[in-house]
Amino acid sequence: MAEIRNYTINFGPQHPAAHGVLRLVLELDGEVIVRADPHIGLLHRATEKLAETKTWLQTVPYLDRLDYVSMMCNEHAYCLAVEKLLGVEVPLRAQYIRVMMDEVTRILNHLLNIGTHALDIGAMTMVLYTFREREDLMDVYEAVSGARLHAAYYRPGGVYRDLPERMPQYAENKFKNAETVRRLNEARQGSLLDFLEDFTNRFPTYVDEYETLLTDNRIWKQRTVGVGVVSPERALALGFSGPMLRGSGVEWDLRKKQPYEVYDRMEFDVPVGVNGDCYDRYLVRIEEMRQANRIVRQCIDWLRKNPGPVITDNHKVAPPPREKMKAGMEDLIHHFKLFTEGMHVPPGEVYAAIEHPKGEFGVYAISDGGNKPYRLKLRSPGFPHLAATDEMAKGHMIADATAIIGTIDLVLGDTDR
Amino acid sequence: MSARLESLCQNLQNVLGDRVAGLKTSLGEVTLEVAAGHYLETARILRDHPDLRFEQLMDLTGVDYSAWGDGAWSGPRFAAVCHLTSVSKNWRLRLRVFAPDDGFPVLPSVVGLWNSANWYEREAFDLYGILFEGHPDLRRILSDYGFVGHPFRKDFPISGYVEMRYDPDQRRVVYQPVTIEPRENTPRIIREDSYGDVGHG
Repeated sequence: MAEIRNYTINFGPQHPAAHGVLRLVLELDGEVIVRADPHIGLLHRATEKLAETKTWLQTVPYLDRLDYVSMMCNEHAYCLAVEKLLGVEVPLRAQYIRVMMDEVTRILNHLLNIGTHALDIGAMTMVLYTFREREDLMDVYEAVSGARLHAAYYRPGGVYRDLPERMPQYAENKFKNAETVRRLNEARQGSLLDFLEDFTNRFPTYVDEYETLLTDNRIWKQRTVGVGVVSPERALALGFSGPMLRGSGVEWDLRKKQPYEVYDRMEFDVPVGVNGDCYDRYLVRIEEMRQANRIVRQCIDWLRKNPGPVITDNHKVAPPPREKMKAGMEDLIHHFKLFTEGMHVPPGEVYAAIEHPKGEFGVYAISDGGNKPYRLKLRSPGFPHLAATDEMAKGHMIADATAIIGTIDLVLGDTDR
Repeated sequence: MSARLESLCQNLQNVLGDRVAGLKTSLGEVTLEVAAGHYLETARILRDHPDLRFEQLMDLTGVDYSAWGDGAWSGPRFAAVCHLTSVSKNWRLRLRVFAPDDGFPVLPSVVGLWNSANWYEREAFDLYGILFEGHPDLRRILSDYGFVGHPFRKDFPISGYVEMRYDPDQRRVVYQPVTIEPRENTPRIIREDSYGDVGHG
């Protein structure tokens, strides 16, 4: 009788369903996964080490490049950590802007996740729909910060600038005729808040469309129901957070339990799964998008009524306005010192965590009183989730590996740092 | 200090007794320090005791204190810092343990208590060279296959030691000593206490 041996294959690092550069070594018994060993680090850029050589402010743009589908949330945790160390108060309007942009980011992230997850396991159309809405939100990012992806919009002490009064508009060119341009610009006549409000009015219908495509789709259910089941006890032991933890039925949301910024003033519900499989996590994400939409609307409402400063007036932390800098000696000195030497953060250590779309994103910062972090540890949500792949994939068919990678909402920039 | 943190500190003192080597509250966060010998036992109590119930290990990281305050550090060099969360009590705790030997830092592994420690300990081993006794699979995780050294130690240069390029003669990728030099535009400065004090705008 021939000797039967397990077969080992490489999944990635260039596999389209690997969401970047994940190398997954799968040991197979026939078509059944016996062991899954993820090899990460192919996108390791040593952000934490680089941060030790940069001033506290210069580190902000590096944070965007971690989880490059939810940029502003990464910055948020970092800014919270620095502010906590400094003991700086953030103006209320800046807090509302941050919450609003966080929720916009959450929608962006979940849209990408649901679109690509469906794409990975065979529902080609989803990604076309979700990217249609992502385009609008990317425009919001661009209008607010000037960049579609790497915003660097949150700064220690507030946000870089106030929300713009007008939206950029499309211009006619040889690909877009007058009629198309008019239709595209219809929602862009007013301010950014008008545009975003128009989006929030449309968005629930879009989510209904996604649900029509997927929620009761028998192929989708066949691929996700009962796949990658994690019990609540295991989810806790494995360090899960965010939708992965809530999908398993643990009601834990930092926005509710340990509220930061103005989340305690927001009305929203936290969806919780029952079975802890890929399908429940999908449902949790769908509902989170609806709730995020609700929060964005509440923020728009408040921001319309309450103008005010958006960054602290402590010029040891945030630069003075440019007009003042042109005339005032003191302001010029502040500006110069801040952008050459940087701010001095009192010695101490702090761990600031936020409810990132993927889970708990934490920043552990140690300062020894210098103008640079002594140590910066970034607790990315994807890292423990990916570590659990082995446990989740064991005993499943090889085709379920893609479903499991899709459901953990993997972004390698975030996992590898 | 809020009442919640006070009760957490009180519980820690009561339950752990003389295992506590240091207990500090600052910026609304509680930091517990224990000796390496008590580490595993303390971790088990923190997880299982009904007054503490830290079910989750959110983060574990190595820290190299050798360059602290431009040479002001006198304690042991390497530490492992855990961030624990209690979902049922809604508490957070930072647990720090120093590795006794600077030259050969070894600490017990907590993988058996919190499975999430598996990759975190691999990471701390990879980046800082801290060995975790009892870890089932202590391999490098983030750095390249065959990497030498522990890159996050303070004496490891930011540019590294080797770089990789394609060699057209040998028709393969080769390693060679780095040809770049780190460029530091802003030096690292620690000013006296009151300098540019944020609190005094």
